[in-house]
Amino acid sequence: MSSLLDVRNLKIYYKTPVGYVKAVDNVSFKVEKGEVFGVAGESGCGKSTLVHSLILRKPPMVHMGGQAVFKGRDLMQLSKEEERRIKYTELSIIPQYAMNALNPTKKIKDIVWDIAREHGYEDRNEVEKLLRERLAMVKLSEKVADMYPVELSGGMRQRATMVVSTLMNPDLLIADEVTSALDVTTQRVVLELLNYFMEQDIVKSIIFVTHDLALLDKIADRFMVMYAGKVVEMGPTEELINEPSHPYTTMLVESLPKIGVRYRETKLKGIPGYPISLLNPPKGCRFYTRCPYAMEHCPKVEPSLVEIEEGHVVACHLYGGESNE
Amino acid sequence: MGFKKYLARKTGVYLITFLFAVTLNWLRPRLMPGNPIEAMLSSNLGLAPGEKEVLMKYYSQLYGLDKPLWEQFVNFWVSLFHGNLGYSILYKAPVTDLIKHALPYDVVILLPAIALSWLVGNWLGAIAGKNKRYDRYTMPLFYFLASMPYFWFAMLLVYFVGVRAGWLPYQGAYAPDLIPSFSGDFIASFLKHWILPFLSLFIVMIGSWAIGMRNMIIYELEADYVRYLEALGGSEKLLTKHAYRNAILPQVTGLALQLGLMVAGAIATEIVFNYPGIGILIMNAALSQDYFLLQGAFLMVVISVLAANFIIDLIYAFIDPRVRTSYTEG
Amino acid sequence: MPRRSRMDTVKIAFRNRKFQFGFGLLMFFVLFALIGPLFTPFAWDGLYYEKVGKIELASYSGRHLPPMSHEEIYTYTGKKVEVLHILGTDIQGKDVYAQLVYGLRTSLWIAVLAAVIGTILGVTIGFVAGYKGGWIDEILMMVVNIMLVIPAIVLLILVAAYLSARSPEIQAIIIGLTGWPWVARAVRSQTLSLKNREFVSLARLAGQSDSKIIFGEIMPNMVSYVFMAGILQFSGAILASATLDFIGLGPTTMVSLGNILQKAIAYNALQFGWWWWFIPPGVIITLIITALFFVNLGMEEVFNPRLRRGGE
Repeated sequence: MSSLLDVRNLKIYYKTPVGYVKAVDNVSFKVEKGEVFGVAGESGCGKSTLVHSLILRKPPMVHMGGQAVFKGRDLMQLSKEEERRIKYTELSIIPQYAMNALNPTKKIKDIVWDIAREHGYEDRNEVEKLLRERLAMVKLSEKVADMYPVELSGGMRQRATMVVSTLMNPDLLIADEVTSALDVTTQRVVLELLNYFMEQDIVKSIIFVTHDLALLDKIADRFMVMYAGKVVEMGPTEELINEPSHPYTTMLVESLPKIGVRYRETKLKGIPGYPISLLNPPKGCRFYTRCPYAMEHCPKVEPSLVEIEEGHVVACHLYGGESNE
Repeated sequence: MGFKKYLARKTGVYLITFLFAVTLNWLRPRLMPGNPIEAMLSSNLGLAPGEKEVLMKYYSQLYGLDKPLWEQFVNFWVSLFHGNLGYSILYKAPVTDLIKHALPYDVVILLPAIALSWLVGNWLGAIAGKNKRYDRYTMPLFYFLASMPYFWFAMLLVYFVGVRAGWLPYQGAYAPDLIPSFSGDFIASFLKHWILPFLSLFIVMIGSWAIGMRNMIIYELEADYVRYLEALGGSEKLLTKHAYRNAILPQVTGLALQLGLMVAGAIATEIVFNYPGIGILIMNAALSQDYFLLQGAFLMVVISVLAANFIIDLIYAFIDPRVRTSYTEG
Repeated sequence: MPRRSRMDTVKIAFRNRKFQFGFGLLMFFVLFALIGPLFTPFAWDGLYYEKVGKIELASYSGRHLPPMSHEEIYTYTGKKVEVLHILGTDIQGKDVYAQLVYGLRTSLWIAVLAAVIGTILGVTIGFVAGYKGGWIDEILMMVVNIMLVIPAIVLLILVAAYLSARSPEIQAIIIGLTGWPWVARAVRSQTLSLKNREFVSLARLAGQSDSKIIFGEIMPNMVSYVFMAGILQFSGAILASATLDFIGLGPTTMVSLGNILQKAIAYNALQFGWWWWFIPPGVIITLIITALFFVNLGMEEVFNPRLRRGGE
């Protein structure tokens, strides 16, 4: 049985007047049915570009190579209409701006019906009934369906958007930084909901994008860490959190708040330095400038992904892998 | 719930504005040196010797200048509510009557011009906002239109369509040899005289509506909710539908905000066409310093604009749920 | 916070096509107002003056002429002068070009003055309302709302009608006094959003005084905004002034663009087809306002890149 999503050597660049910004550069990964796959990294590492390229490629974003095979079809090769059709029903997204994602001047049931109709649904009552059921499931009143988004609080809008996004039982749900703008309590609610959606088989798989490893620890089965447009490490969550291999992952894990340590102090232990520009990335390892273990050949040779344990790969010269270039 | 609060608040603002405008009217002659009635009558109209004394007495009694100020103020209001706005020295007629005769002409020109230009302008602007190629050519045209003083465009119409081509009449509201009635002749003449003044306002107004709509559509098409619809596979048509609805809402408020400018435009335009509306009254009153008429016209314009604003606010609350909810909290 | 230096912003603005077009057009008219009089022997009122001893005496033929006509004028002392009427003459034989150039000067001067007054008032009031908040805000905004609903032009007419002698400066003042509410409202909302930004809170925590925060932190961030508001005030003032002049309530001591149009209407220039009398002033007013629109548009694109379209 093949994977639900199989991304191979994907290259997504941004076209700018001064050249291409290589936001996603040769990225490969798989998402299996029934798992929550995490994507971690700092802002600007290409994780958002990666997931958006699956949903919506718009200039200046350009596909420069590679495939993203979803249920046997390459998303990069679909016609506009084919792409439009599989969205929502098979491949859906909860956007970063989930609180403002619903048109403020339309009733929620009207918004849902507008989209559902364009995906071949014919019975308005049926769609509305489903919407009400789901709203009740996430502990919102059924009446929310008849309300305007402006009449809801931010947290309620967040949940309503999650219901709308998952209404058609998509196979794959992309959750893009859904928690970054939220307070801790709402964050927990969102994670619980996503877990619940998985349990109820409303969604088959989730790609969960975040900059916060602590969240991945709670929700993801596996995740990958991206740095400057490249995958630096990928593996089961437990292994990555407990025994990170790549220096960057190690630093991310170390910057996590620990029990008994006050937040303020841990915050101070961020990662020094800034990511490199993706306009003309250097040939070698992109983490070189910030890496405490940098070696002589790091800036010259790009490390390739090496499997250090089953299902756990890392791209770093500390673990070999310089020969493949 | 929020609707009531919104209504109360809006009514409050308009009431205060109305009070303010009336008080201003009452205060102004009193701020001038000397007897206010004398000041009001000190026009360069050259009243007949006896006439001035008669009027002086009439107004002194009416406003009770010997009484304390607060009583004068109250009396002013009382006479206002009796529809008494004073007497025009220039036209030798009560101001209320003059305004009653002039107002319909303003309405028949302004109302269709505003309504139709709003529709057409929004439509053209929406196309421009969506279609870059079309936008490139029409944008400068819209800006040029919006930059034109109404009265100058009116002059161009008179010159090119009326004088040079001789297609349409351009003076007055109907042929001078006709008496207003519901006869076919009169109606035909009235309509013919109506076209140019209407066009001069209508065409210029299109420009600013189109610009507003274009910018709103561009802005809304970038909004989060449109991106979301697109991410969920909404068609181009659906995105436009949602964006258009939200873009048109500020244009409704724009209607209220532009009203003052449009009234100003109409005043000057009437002068070009010698169209017998309030504009002509205001100009004549201003030039011959017929202050009663001027103040009466001022009050009339303010009241009309206030009323129109109020209606627009009401409509707006019905079509935009955001207004209602913003008044539920706090 | 990425703060672009002021010079950079100006440079970017000058690279913007719309800004270039608008600014160029505007400068053309300013230049025209400045040096235009060099090309005509006529004074601001369209008359030919000759110095006799210490006084200047006007002479004109009184003939009505189309553009580019030459004519001979006999001056007071009997000298014969050949003159060129670039834009012809009006009904009284006064040179239209001279009136136009000096009228443009007056109109620009009025508009600049009114825009400065309106902008300063609006910025101050909007700023105080937004920064202080509370009941001060309530009251000021109430005044703003009242002023916004009352059509400014009617108020202008009312005030102007009470003044028997009107200089351009007086007109500028009354236009400025009625134009500020727009600016106040915009500046207030801008202030509200800036007030709560991090850098302002930091300054407040650091114990800086109000005036230091205002002029050191908030104002620099609002310069572009205020400038754009000023430009809108400027174009509004041009229009308001032209309308007032056209109704016959313009400056009594000077010729202005609206003034010329008023006279043209009063003397039936339309019916007689004397286009050179009423077309040029209107074209100039329209083009100046168009130019200002484009300057604003260009600046908006520079400061708010969201509005930029296509490969610009």
